Amino acid sequence: MIKTDSKPIVRLSGVTKDFGKSEVLKSIDLDVYEGEFLTLLGPSGCGKTTTLRIIAGFETPSQGCVYLEQADVTDLAPYKRNVNTVFQSYALFPHMNVFDNVAFGLVEKKVPKPEIRERVEKMLDLVQLKNFGRRKPHQMSGGQRQRVAIARALVNNPKVLLLDEPLGALDLKLRKQMQMELKHLQKQLGITFIYVTHDQEEALTMSDRIAVMNNGIIEQIGTAREIYERPKTKFVASFIGESNIIEASVTGIDGDLIELTAENGVVHAKGTGFVQDEMIYISIRPENTMYSFEPVEHFRLRGIVKEHVYVGSIVKTVVALPNGQRLRLNQHPHSDLPEVGSAVTVYWNMDKAVIMHTAEDTLYDLIEDALLNRPDLAVQKGRGNT
Amino acid sequence: MKRKEEKKLGAFSYFYAGAIYLFLYLPIFMVVGYSFNTNDNNLVFKGFTLHWYGAMFQDRSLMSSLLLTLELALVSTIISVVLGTLAAIGMHRYDFRLKKTLDNMLYVPIVIPELVIGIASLATFTTLNITLSFWTLVIAHVTFCVPFVIITLRARIAGFDKSIEEAAMDLGANQFRTLRRVTIPMLMPGIISGALLSITLSLDDVIISYFVTGAGDTTLPIKVYGMARGKISTEVYALFTLMIIVTVLIYLLSAAVRSAAAKRQR
Repeated sequence: MIKTDSKPIVRLSGVTKDFGKSEVLKSIDLDVYEGEFLTLLGPSGCGKTTTLRIIAGFETPSQGCVYLEQADVTDLAPYKRNVNTVFQSYALFPHMNVFDNVAFGLVEKKVPKPEIRERVEKMLDLVQLKNFGRRKPHQMSGGQRQRVAIARALVNNPKVLLLDEPLGALDLKLRKQMQMELKHLQKQLGITFIYVTHDQEEALTMSDRIAVMNNGIIEQIGTAREIYERPKTKFVASFIGESNIIEASVTGIDGDLIELTAENGVVHAKGTGFVQDEMIYISIRPENTMYSFEPVEHFRLRGIVKEHVYVGSIVKTVVALPNGQRLRLNQHPHSDLPEVGSAVTVYWNMDKAVIMHTAEDTLYDLIEDALLNRPDLAVQKGRGNT
Repeated sequence: MKRKEEKKLGAFSYFYAGAIYLFLYLPIFMVVGYSFNTNDNNLVFKGFTLHWYGAMFQDRSLMSSLLLTLELALVSTIISVVLGTLAAIGMHRYDFRLKKTLDNMLYVPIVIPELVIGIASLATFTTLNITLSFWTLVIAHVTFCVPFVIITLRARIAGFDKSIEEAAMDLGANQFRTLRRVTIPMLMPGIISGALLSITLSLDDVIISYFVTGAGDTTLPIKVYGMARGKISTEVYALFTLMIIVTVLIYLLSAAVRSAAAKRQR
């Protein structure tokens, strides 16, 4: 287990980065703990690679500080940091053989020759490239080059290993295999890994914790399970796995049971920290979304069954709401499927649905204030057309 | 995939290609032929001899010109390669104002007529009161060699994966160590091509050298050019034959370097 109460091995504090006019990172705070496998996950351009490069020292933050083992390294050159990087392109030295590639860091640290030989050979053995020392990088396959890149970084016993989409160039089968090997290697060596990827499945498979990034901020950080089951924002809910997201407003609060009025009907979900009339999103995973021909207590969301798609382990059913929004329901392939065209009530297990604040809330208040000052325009001042 | 079937060449095409190659190579073979001729009047080939090769090495003035030319080529190439490599790396690594202008200005010495460079160099040295000597020759040669070195290297650097240098720094090498252990070795094929180009350019330059050469410093091309007005001694053909052999060897060497580099890039 990761001790999140111990001191972080890497800490980013208020890290901002702008390249000219565009702000790539907007005040990032991040703590990474010893022995942890942390993944920075997000779409391209979200700032995940920039974050990694700031930790490695290839970029200097415009504002904020970087700490490695409690020491401020914000302005420290990359060659003075006890972290190593595995690059997306592998970045092997083409003029050196595999042995010299792996030995590079140790030679720079002036480690005695016999020790270099021993450590490099041990590392090549660990990545299953025992007799490849004399090969040149161009004589190896993509997967083998990848292993050389990993060995070259790990042989230095870094405190933290940074990996920038290291499996991106490999084919699917090899990627799956390398995922398991990397995870195994990380557990075996106990080194902290910070891993950048845009592949959510990869993140869920390998990570102890995932930081989901979007537009230069960390939207949510937590275990794979937390991220998947309790997404905090609409972006996280839709980026990781599939989600049905319904816009609604809070029309009743009874303890943690909240009445929500959406465009197509009243539903309920559980949550705390919401206020009357607040605009929210409800996120429900397709596997937790169900239908019924009978009325269901707390749910008045009616829709028409549009289609069933058989994908082997499950059947994906699409239900269209009156406003055209389509909800996805995953069902067991052997269950009795409702006929296409039949009207059903959509409901869900209230513990599994997640209510999320909307960013538009403040905007809505602004509009409302404007409308309150102009009562003649405020005729339709209800939230949603219920 | 099978290669597309190539069209068969017609008789005319063979004749045409043959004529072109004959036109290109006949003069060269004639020089080689003359160098073995017992008759020093070159119109008729009388018999085979190696006499001129011996005589060539005896000819003091010819040898001193050859030596000067080789020294000049070597010194100006070393300077050009060092300056050019640093410039190419600098222009790759840093962004600065007027970079584009500077880049374009590299081509000016290449396209400008040599005559202009020659006269301009002479005017400059005279104005600055610099006595013409071996070193003015070096300066002039470096001037026209450097752009070729930079352009050759820029082409190679452009294909660089920037993260390779970052990887070196990541592994503990500072800027200097990175340059020495990664950047320069990776540039080596380009540096060698640039150096060969520079040597070739320097070896056979007549026009620019003619203007900036000091008293008593006659480079081989200038000397031979001077002879051409009277009678070119047969020793010179012997010398040229040797130079052709050396040049072909250098060419083969550079081709080998390039193909080795291409193999490594794959």
